[in-house]
Amino acid sequence: MKYLGLVWSALARRKLRTFFTLLSVLAAFLLFGLLESVNSVFSEVGHTIGAAHRLITESKVGFMSPLPISLDSQIRTVPGVEELAYDNYFGGTYQNPKNVIGSAIAVSGNFFDLYPELKVSPAALRRFDSTQTGVIVGATLARRYHWKVGDQIPIKALIYPQKGGSYTWTFDLVGIYHARSAMEEQDFLFRWRYFDQAAAFGNGTVGWYVSKISNPQQAGRIAARIDALSANSDHETKTQTDSAFAANLISQYVNLGLIVHAIMGAVFFTLILLTGNTMAQAVRERIPELGILKTIGFSNRSVLGLVLAESVLLVALGGIAGLILAGTVVNVLEGQMGSQLPMMPVGASIWLRGVVAMIVIGLVVGALPAQRGMRLRIVDALAGR
Amino acid sequence: MSPLVEIRNLSKVYVRGKQKLEVLHHVNLDIAQGDFLALMGPSGSGKTTLLNLIGGLDSPTDGTITVAGQRIDRLGQSELARWRAGHVGFVFQFYNLLPMLSATKNVELPLLLTKLSGAKRRSHAAVALELVGLADRASHKPGELSGGQQQRVAIARAIVSDPTLLVCDEPTGDLDRQSAVEVLTLLQRLNREHGKTIVMVTHDPKAAEYATHTLHLDKGTLVETAEAALAAS
Repeated sequence: MKYLGLVWSALARRKLRTFFTLLSVLAAFLLFGLLESVNSVFSEVGHTIGAAHRLITESKVGFMSPLPISLDSQIRTVPGVEELAYDNYFGGTYQNPKNVIGSAIAVSGNFFDLYPELKVSPAALRRFDSTQTGVIVGATLARRYHWKVGDQIPIKALIYPQKGGSYTWTFDLVGIYHARSAMEEQDFLFRWRYFDQAAAFGNGTVGWYVSKISNPQQAGRIAARIDALSANSDHETKTQTDSAFAANLISQYVNLGLIVHAIMGAVFFTLILLTGNTMAQAVRERIPELGILKTIGFSNRSVLGLVLAESVLLVALGGIAGLILAGTVVNVLEGQMGSQLPMMPVGASIWLRGVVAMIVIGLVVGALPAQRGMRLRIVDALAGR
Repeated sequence: MSPLVEIRNLSKVYVRGKQKLEVLHHVNLDIAQGDFLALMGPSGSGKTTLLNLIGGLDSPTDGTITVAGQRIDRLGQSELARWRAGHVGFVFQFYNLLPMLSATKNVELPLLLTKLSGAKRRSHAAVALELVGLADRASHKPGELSGGQQQRVAIARAIVSDPTLLVCDEPTGDLDRQSAVEVLTLLQRLNREHGKTIVMVTHDPKAAEYATHTLHLDKGTLVETAEAALAAS
């Protein structure tokens, strides 16, 4: 700590240059925070507490291709399947087309038995069971639209009209569930039996089945047995783990991880060149000063440490500011765009990766100038050579 | 009593490409404890090289340097750095203060290498600044001080860790006459009142008058008088 003043004074030597360098580091880490926030959403999907004990069975063609409800009784006979639920994607908007309720899903009555990580009160579950038009929503979604239990919520369906031709479905909010993360609290869950009775088409079908299995080690064998039930039929199935299902769902659209890492690679590479140049220039200008430090007894290693500390501090200051700004931007966007925004708060894991990146970049950027400082011959440095 | 600095057969050869340049040639020199020695001589005579070797900033090609009973010509780079921190204070022509640090922080620099607490470091720096008559300029940065004042801050930095030896390379070379007199008087006081052993390189005969005795270097060899140096030239 006693050297901090010395390191700080080196940064303060050229204030304008330090300011612009900090700005470029800030911009890079702002981008890092935002992209990692998006990436986290997709990489965390499916990795919930109960996911290991769940298998998802969908049509081999994809989850938008329906499966018959008659499979329910057949899948239940497969050894290792303890419980079975089924869901159908619904999708809709609330009040205006911008308020997309992306995860509106018609679910079977035992849905919450298979998702113990979603916490809902027994009273809400009883109302869910007894109310034909009942819906349970995630706490984050409810907060966004200021919904409370007892509200009637009109949803304009994206796909399914009612039998009378109307696309507006009115639901009664009977409960609110809580989960580990805000991302998991975005669902709008209503009874499949209501959907089945009221929808103009798609009746007697489900989007996918969810099997609760007793032994995750047996997942492969159980999945094969389930898929064998529909082999050579017009509704062949593909059964996979909950995590694999989520990952496949996302990869149908985009390999986001690859894109994020490619962008960040390019950004950090540019940052290293830019900041490396700044550090090299800063050290070049201070050769006589480094010579003086050595003269009064600073060892080669101390000078190396001082220059590295300077570059790590420079990157860390800009990086921390960038991540704080990224967190603020995500919060603001989340407030404005709600569930349409596929972003996670800039949390501990993003901060951890960010801090590691700051230290690594700081060390890389400072390595050459620090080595130069370390190798300085005092008599040359004092002579300005 | 053995001298504080004992130099025997000291040679320094610089190699520039294929050329070898012998800057010091078998120099023998004793500097007693409490001496104020002025080293004079024409440019290129090897004064600064000799000073750098005495201060442990460079290593000789041949010969021995013993300071306070320790052979410093045998020390490795990190040992030499530790030795400098404990035994030598340096004053240069262009002050060489760190421009972003206040006078106090500049003076504190050598003490960063000790185990002293922050408060102790500040108090030692204050005493050193008081000694050079700059207590009222402690918070000023070098850019806010005159040349003479900056050199006095550099002297305070050189003495703050109470070194055995002060080496000064043209300490008045960049100062006007009045400031030079102040600085030389200060060095003389440090020598007389505080017993500091000082080796000073200078071109200026008036500056050399402040020393207790003067040696002349010419073409890498020590000669006793200016006349002898001129004759040798």
